[in-house]
Amino acid sequence: MILWKLFLSFAKVGVMTFGGGYAMIPILEREIVEQQHWASSEELMDYYAVGQCTPGVIAVNTATFIGRKIAGDIGGVVASVGVVFPSVLIICVIAGILSNFADIPAVQSAFAGIRVCVCVLIFNAVVKLWKAAVPDKGALCLALLVFFLSVFFKPSPVYFVIFCAAAGILLTRWGVRGR
Amino acid sequence: MILLRLFWEFFKTGLFAVGGGMATLPFLYAMSDATGWFSYAQLADMIAVSESTPGPIGVNMASYVGFTTAGIPGALVATAGLVTPSIIIILVIARVLSAFRRNKYVDAAFYGLRPCSVALIAAAGVLVVKIALFDFSLYAQSGRLVDLFNWKALALAALLLVLTRGVKKLKQLHPIVFILASALLGMLFSF
Repeated sequence: MILWKLFLSFAKVGVMTFGGGYAMIPILEREIVEQQHWASSEELMDYYAVGQCTPGVIAVNTATFIGRKIAGDIGGVVASVGVVFPSVLIICVIAGILSNFADIPAVQSAFAGIRVCVCVLIFNAVVKLWKAAVPDKGALCLALLVFFLSVFFKPSPVYFVIFCAAAGILLTRWGVRGR
Repeated sequence: MILLRLFWEFFKTGLFAVGGGMATLPFLYAMSDATGWFSYAQLADMIAVSESTPGPIGVNMASYVGFTTAGIPGALVATAGLVTPSIIIILVIARVLSAFRRNKYVDAAFYGLRPCSVALIAAAGVLVVKIALFDFSLYAQSGRLVDLFNWKALALAALLLVLTRGVKKLKQLHPIVFILASALLGMLFSF
Protein backbone atom coordinates (compact mmCIF):
# COMPACT_ATOMS: atom_id res chain seq x y z
CA MET A 1 0.00 0.00 0.00
CA ILE A 2 1.29 3.39 -1.03
CA LEU A 3 0.79 5.14 2.34
CA TRP A 4 2.73 2.45 4.16
CA LYS A 5 5.49 2.70 1.55
CA LEU A 6 5.62 6.47 1.98
CA PHE A 7 5.85 6.11 5.74
CA LEU A 8 8.63 3.51 5.52
CA SER A 9 10.69 5.41 2.94
CA PHE A 10 10.57 8.64 4.90
CA ALA A 11 11.26 6.87 8.18
CA LYS A 12 14.37 5.51 6.45
CA VAL A 13 15.34 9.02 5.37
CA GLY A 14 14.78 10.26 8.93
CA VAL A 15 16.95 7.58 10.47
CA MET A 16 19.80 8.08 7.99
CA THR A 17 19.98 11.88 8.20
CA PHE A 18 22.81 12.98 10.44
CA GLY A 19 23.21 16.68 11.12
CA GLY A 20 20.34 18.74 9.80
CA GLY A 21 18.30 19.35 6.69
CA TYR A 22 21.09 19.73 4.15
CA ALA A 23 22.59 16.36 5.14
CA MET A 24 19.27 14.88 4.04
CA ILE A 25 19.79 15.86 0.40
CA PRO A 26 22.10 12.96 -0.58
CA ILE A 27 19.77 10.49 1.19
CA LEU A 28 16.65 11.95 -0.47
CA GLU A 29 18.40 11.80 -3.85
CA ARG A 30 18.97 8.10 -3.35
CA GLU A 31 15.71 7.04 -1.69
CA ILE A 32 13.15 9.31 -3.33
CA VAL A 33 14.64 10.21 -6.72
CA GLU A 34 16.66 7.14 -7.71
CA GLN A 35 14.91 4.27 -5.93
CA GLN A 36 11.23 5.24 -5.73
CA HIS A 37 11.13 7.76 -8.63
CA TRP A 38 8.68 9.87 -6.64
CA ALA A 39 10.29 13.15 -7.69
CA SER A 40 13.00 14.46 -10.02
CA SER A 41 16.17 16.23 -8.89
CA GLU A 42 14.65 19.49 -10.12
CA GLU A 43 11.51 18.99 -8.05
CA LEU A 44 13.62 18.16 -5.02
CA MET A 45 15.39 21.51 -5.39
CA ASP A 46 12.11 23.35 -5.88
CA TYR A 47 10.77 21.85 -2.66
CA TYR A 48 13.99 22.61 -0.85
CA ALA A 49 13.87 26.26 -1.96
CA VAL A 50 10.25 26.65 -0.86
CA GLY A 51 11.04 24.83 2.40
CA GLN A 52 13.80 27.37 3.12
CA CYS A 53 11.42 30.31 3.13
CA THR A 54 8.38 28.74 4.74
CA PRO A 55 8.28 28.23 8.49
CA GLY A 56 9.20 24.95 10.09
CA VAL A 57 11.71 22.13 9.76
CA ILE A 58 12.96 21.78 6.17
CA ALA A 59 12.94 17.97 6.31
CA VAL A 60 9.25 18.02 7.22
CA ASN A 61 8.43 20.61 4.56
CA THR A 62 10.10 18.49 1.88
CA ALA A 63 8.43 15.30 3.11
CA THR A 64 5.00 16.98 3.03
CA PHE A 65 5.56 18.15 -0.56
CA ILE A 66 6.60 14.74 -1.86
CA GLY A 67 3.99 12.84 0.16
CA ARG A 68 1.23 15.09 -1.16
CA LYS A 69 2.42 14.67 -4.72
CA ILE A 70 2.31 10.86 -4.42
CA ALA A 71 -0.84 10.31 -2.35
CA GLY A 72 -2.69 13.59 -1.77
CA ASP A 73 -3.05 15.47 1.52
CA ILE A 74 -3.06 12.24 3.56
CA GLY A 75 0.20 11.29 1.84
CA GLY A 76 1.72 14.60 2.93
CA VAL A 77 0.79 13.94 6.54
CA VAL A 78 1.98 10.31 6.43
CA ALA A 79 5.37 11.19 4.88
CA SER A 80 5.91 13.88 7.52
CA VAL A 81 5.02 11.53 10.36
CA GLY A 82 7.43 9.03 8.80
CA VAL A 83 10.35 11.44 8.68
CA VAL A 84 9.97 12.46 12.35
CA PHE A 85 9.06 9.05 13.78
CA PRO A 86 12.62 7.69 14.22
CA SER A 87 13.73 10.96 15.84
CA VAL A 88 11.06 10.83 18.52
CA LEU A 89 11.84 7.20 19.24
CA ILE A 90 15.62 7.65 19.41
CA ILE A 91 15.46 10.82 21.48
CA CYS A 92 13.07 9.25 24.01
CA VAL A 93 15.43 6.31 24.47
CA ILE A 94 18.50 8.51 24.80
CA ALA A 95 16.84 11.10 27.04
CA GLY A 96 15.45 8.32 29.21
CA ILE A 97 18.59 6.20 29.55
CA LEU A 98 21.72 8.02 28.39
CA SER A 99 21.46 11.60 29.51
CA ASN A 100 25.22 12.07 28.96
CA PHE A 101 25.09 10.53 25.47
CA ALA A 102 26.78 13.46 23.73
CA ASP A 103 29.71 13.43 26.20
CA ILE A 104 30.75 9.82 25.54
CA PRO A 105 34.15 9.94 23.80
CA ALA A 106 33.27 7.10 21.38
CA VAL A 107 30.12 8.96 20.34
CA GLN A 108 32.08 12.16 19.78
CA SER A 109 34.66 10.31 17.64
CA ALA A 110 31.95 8.55 15.65
CA PHE A 111 30.30 11.87 14.88
CA ALA A 112 33.58 13.50 13.96
CA GLY A 113 33.93 10.68 11.42
CA ILE A 114 30.34 11.08 10.22
CA ARG A 115 30.84 14.82 9.69
CA VAL A 116 33.74 14.11 7.33
CA CYS A 117 31.51 11.75 5.37
CA VAL A 118 28.69 14.31 5.28
CA CYS A 119 31.13 16.84 3.71
CA VAL A 120 31.92 14.42 0.91
CA LEU A 121 28.29 13.37 0.39
CA ILE A 122 27.16 16.99 0.20
CA PHE A 123 29.95 17.76 -2.26
CA ASN A 124 28.82 14.85 -4.47
CA ALA A 125 25.18 15.96 -4.21
CA VAL A 126 26.09 19.52 -5.17
CA VAL A 127 28.06 18.35 -8.22
CA LYS A 128 25.09 16.25 -9.31
CA LEU A 129 22.40 18.87 -8.65
CA TRP A 130 24.53 21.59 -10.26
CA LYS A 131 24.05 20.08 -13.71
CA ALA A 132 20.26 20.23 -13.39
CA ALA A 133 20.07 23.57 -11.60
CA VAL A 134 22.56 25.66 -13.53
CA PRO A 135 21.76 25.35 -17.24
CA ASP A 136 23.03 28.77 -18.40
CA LYS A 137 25.11 31.85 -17.55
CA GLY A 138 22.29 33.67 -15.75
CA ALA A 139 21.75 30.75 -13.38
CA LEU A 140 25.51 30.48 -12.90
CA CYS A 141 25.68 34.13 -11.77
CA LEU A 142 22.82 33.58 -9.31
CA ALA A 143 24.42 30.42 -7.89
CA LEU A 144 27.82 32.07 -7.39
CA LEU A 145 26.27 35.20 -5.87
CA VAL A 146 24.20 33.23 -3.36
CA PHE A 147 27.11 30.93 -2.53
CA PHE A 148 29.62 33.67 -1.75
CA LEU A 149 27.19 35.96 0.06
CA SER A 150 25.91 33.13 2.21
CA VAL A 151 29.41 31.81 3.04
CA PHE A 152 30.78 35.22 4.00
CA PHE A 153 27.81 37.10 5.42
CA LYS A 154 25.38 34.34 6.50
CA PRO A 155 22.11 36.27 6.12
CA SER A 156 18.79 34.44 6.43
CA PRO A 157 18.16 32.19 3.40
CA VAL A 158 14.73 33.82 3.10
CA TYR A 159 16.27 36.89 1.42
CA PHE A 160 18.09 34.76 -1.15
CA VAL A 161 14.98 32.79 -1.97
CA ILE A 162 12.88 35.93 -2.53
CA PHE A 163 15.66 37.63 -4.50
CA CYS A 164 16.30 34.59 -6.73
CA ALA A 165 12.62 34.04 -7.47
CA ALA A 166 12.39 37.69 -8.62
CA ALA A 167 15.68 37.38 -10.53
CA GLY A 168 14.40 34.25 -12.28
CA ILE A 169 11.33 36.12 -13.51
CA LEU A 170 13.36 39.16 -14.65
CA LEU A 171 16.07 37.11 -16.38
CA THR A 172 13.36 35.21 -18.25
CA ARG A 173 11.58 38.41 -19.28
CA TRP A 174 14.82 39.99 -20.47
CA GLY A 175 15.51 36.92 -22.56
CA VAL A 176 18.74 36.07 -20.76
CA ARG A 177 17.46 32.57 -19.89
CA GLY A 178 18.83 29.77 -22.03
CA ARG A 179 21.85 31.70 -23.23
CA MET B 1 -2.63 21.44 31.30
CA ILE B 2 1.01 20.87 30.47
CA LEU B 3 0.50 18.80 27.28
CA LEU B 4 -1.74 21.44 25.75
CA ARG B 5 0.74 24.15 26.69
CA LEU B 6 3.62 22.09 25.17
CA PHE B 7 1.68 21.69 21.95
CA TRP B 8 0.90 25.40 21.81
CA GLU B 9 4.49 26.54 22.56
CA PHE B 10 5.92 24.27 19.85
CA PHE B 11 3.14 25.14 17.44
CA LYS B 12 4.23 28.78 17.73
CA THR B 13 7.87 27.76 17.20
CA GLY B 14 6.96 25.73 14.13
CA LEU B 15 4.94 28.62 12.78
CA PHE B 16 7.56 31.34 13.18
CA ALA B 17 10.97 29.63 12.87
CA VAL B 18 11.89 30.11 9.21
CA GLY B 19 14.97 28.45 7.72
CA GLY B 20 15.37 25.05 9.31
CA GLY B 21 16.18 23.39 12.62
CA MET B 22 18.76 25.86 13.91
CA ALA B 23 16.20 28.66 13.48
CA THR B 24 14.23 27.10 16.34
CA LEU B 25 17.00 27.88 18.86
CA PRO B 26 16.04 31.49 19.72
CA PHE B 27 12.49 30.28 20.30
CA LEU B 28 13.70 27.58 22.69
CA TYR B 29 15.70 30.09 24.74
CA ALA B 30 12.59 32.26 24.94
CA MET B 31 10.57 29.19 25.96
CA SER B 32 13.03 28.48 28.76
CA ASP B 33 12.58 32.05 30.05
CA ALA B 34 8.81 31.99 29.76
CA THR B 35 8.04 28.54 31.16
CA GLY B 36 10.98 27.45 33.31
CA TRP B 37 10.61 23.92 31.90
CA PHE B 38 14.36 23.62 31.37
CA SER B 39 17.50 25.66 32.06
CA TYR B 40 19.95 27.13 29.51
CA ALA B 41 22.49 24.47 30.57
CA GLN B 42 19.97 21.68 29.91
CA LEU B 43 19.22 23.29 26.57
CA ALA B 44 22.93 23.16 25.66
CA ASP B 45 22.96 19.41 26.42
CA MET B 46 19.84 18.94 24.33
CA ILE B 47 21.45 20.72 21.38
CA ALA B 48 24.50 18.46 21.66
CA VAL B 49 22.35 15.32 21.69
CA SER B 50 20.12 16.59 18.87
CA GLU B 51 23.17 17.13 16.71
CA SER B 52 24.58 13.70 17.62
CA THR B 53 21.51 11.66 16.76
CA PRO B 54 19.92 11.01 13.38
CA GLY B 55 16.95 13.07 12.22
CA PRO B 56 16.11 16.72 11.67
CA ILE B 57 17.60 18.83 14.48
CA GLY B 58 14.41 20.83 15.09
CA VAL B 59 12.44 17.64 15.59
CA ASN B 60 15.09 16.17 17.89
CA MET B 61 15.00 19.34 20.00
CA ALA B 62 11.22 19.27 20.27
CA SER B 63 11.22 15.58 21.26
CA TYR B 64 13.92 16.18 23.86
CA VAL B 65 12.26 19.22 25.43
CA GLY B 66 8.90 17.43 25.37
CA PHE B 67 10.37 14.33 27.00
CA THR B 68 12.14 16.35 29.70
CA THR B 69 8.94 18.23 30.45
CA ALA B 70 6.31 15.48 30.33
CA GLY B 71 7.79 12.08 29.40
CA ILE B 72 6.89 10.18 26.24
CA PRO B 73 3.47 11.87 25.79
CA GLY B 74 5.35 15.17 26.06
CA ALA B 75 7.79 14.16 23.31
CA LEU B 76 4.93 13.15 21.01
CA VAL B 77 2.88 16.28 21.68
CA ALA B 78 5.81 18.71 21.33
CA THR B 79 6.85 17.15 18.01
CA ALA B 80 3.27 17.19 16.76
CA GLY B 81 3.05 20.86 17.71
CA LEU B 82 6.26 21.69 15.86
CA VAL B 83 5.33 19.98 12.60
CA THR B 84 1.61 20.82 12.40
CA PRO B 85 2.06 24.39 11.04
CA SER B 86 4.63 23.13 8.49
CA ILE B 87 2.32 20.45 7.18
CA ILE B 88 -0.68 22.77 6.89
CA ILE B 89 1.31 25.56 5.21
CA ILE B 90 3.04 23.23 2.74
CA LEU B 91 -0.22 21.47 1.83
CA VAL B 92 -1.73 24.86 0.98
CA ILE B 93 1.34 26.03 -0.96
CA ALA B 94 1.56 22.71 -2.84
CA ARG B 95 -2.08 23.10 -3.88
CA VAL B 96 -1.48 26.63 -5.16
CA LEU B 97 1.77 25.59 -6.87
CA SER B 98 0.27 22.64 -8.70
CA ALA B 99 -2.55 24.92 -9.90
CA PHE B 100 0.00 27.43 -11.23
CA ARG B 101 2.68 24.95 -12.30
CA ARG B 102 2.24 25.87 -15.97
CA ASN B 103 2.15 29.58 -15.23
CA LYS B 104 5.14 31.16 -16.94
CA TYR B 105 5.96 33.37 -13.94
CA VAL B 106 6.02 30.44 -11.52
CA ASP B 107 8.21 28.54 -13.96
CA ALA B 108 10.55 31.54 -14.29
CA ALA B 109 10.71 31.94 -10.50
CA PHE B 110 11.81 28.33 -10.13
CA TYR B 111 14.42 28.83 -12.83
CA GLY B 112 15.95 31.37 -10.41
CA LEU B 113 15.30 29.30 -7.29
CA ARG B 114 17.14 26.15 -8.38
CA PRO B 115 20.61 27.72 -8.53
CA CYS B 116 19.73 29.34 -5.19
CA SER B 117 18.98 25.93 -3.65
CA VAL B 118 22.23 24.33 -4.83
CA ALA B 119 24.23 27.33 -3.68
CA LEU B 120 22.61 27.21 -0.22
CA ILE B 121 23.35 23.49 0.03
CA ALA B 122 26.96 24.12 -1.04
CA ALA B 123 27.29 26.93 1.54
CA ALA B 124 25.94 24.61 4.26
CA GLY B 125 28.56 22.11 3.09
CA VAL B 126 31.30 24.71 3.58
CA LEU B 127 30.16 25.12 7.19
CA VAL B 128 30.50 21.37 7.80
CA VAL B 129 33.90 21.35 6.07
CA LYS B 130 35.11 24.09 8.44
CA ILE B 131 34.11 22.05 11.49
CA ALA B 132 35.02 18.60 10.20
CA LEU B 133 38.32 19.12 8.36
CA PHE B 134 39.91 22.09 10.13
CA ASP B 135 40.79 22.93 13.71
CA PHE B 136 40.59 26.70 14.01
CA SER B 137 40.72 26.80 17.81
CA LEU B 138 43.94 24.76 17.99
CA TYR B 139 45.49 26.95 15.27
CA ALA B 140 44.51 30.12 17.15
CA GLN B 141 46.22 28.72 20.25
CA SER B 142 49.47 27.45 18.75
CA GLY B 143 49.74 29.64 15.66
CA ARG B 144 51.33 26.76 13.74
CA LEU B 145 49.91 26.14 10.28
CA VAL B 146 50.14 22.33 10.72
CA ASP B 147 47.59 22.58 13.52
CA LEU B 148 45.05 24.26 11.25
CA PHE B 149 44.34 21.02 9.43
CA ASN B 150 42.72 17.98 10.93
CA TRP B 151 44.98 15.52 9.09
CA LYS B 152 43.10 12.32 9.99
CA ALA B 153 39.85 13.89 8.79
CA LEU B 154 41.46 15.17 5.57
CA ALA B 155 42.82 11.69 4.84
CA LEU B 156 39.39 10.16 5.37
CA ALA B 157 37.77 12.84 3.19
CA ALA B 158 40.26 12.15 0.38
CA LEU B 159 39.65 8.41 0.66
CA LEU B 160 35.86 8.85 0.61
CA LEU B 161 36.07 11.22 -2.33
CA VAL B 162 38.04 8.69 -4.37
CA LEU B 163 35.77 5.80 -3.35
CA THR B 164 32.45 7.58 -3.98
CA ARG B 165 33.45 9.26 -7.24
CA GLY B 166 36.18 7.10 -8.73
CA VAL B 167 35.22 3.49 -8.09
CA LYS B 168 32.23 2.46 -10.22
CA LYS B 169 30.93 -0.37 -8.05
CA LEU B 170 31.14 1.65 -4.84
CA LYS B 171 29.31 4.62 -6.38
CA GLN B 172 26.14 2.52 -6.47
CA LEU B 173 26.24 1.88 -2.72
CA HIS B 174 23.77 3.60 -0.44
CA PRO B 175 25.22 6.70 1.26
CA ILE B 176 24.46 5.16 4.67
CA VAL B 177 27.22 2.58 4.02
CA PHE B 178 29.79 5.36 3.84
CA ILE B 179 28.29 7.14 6.86
CA LEU B 180 28.52 4.02 9.02
CA ALA B 181 32.04 3.19 7.79
CA SER B 182 33.11 6.75 8.65
CA ALA B 183 31.59 6.47 12.13
CA LEU B 184 33.58 3.26 12.67
CA LEU B 185 36.83 4.78 11.39
CA GLY B 186 36.18 7.83 13.55
CA MET B 187 35.95 5.61 16.63
CA LEU B 188 38.92 3.42 15.65
CA PHE B 189 41.28 6.33 15.08
CA SER B 190 39.64 8.56 17.76
CA PHE B 191 38.99 11.57 15.55
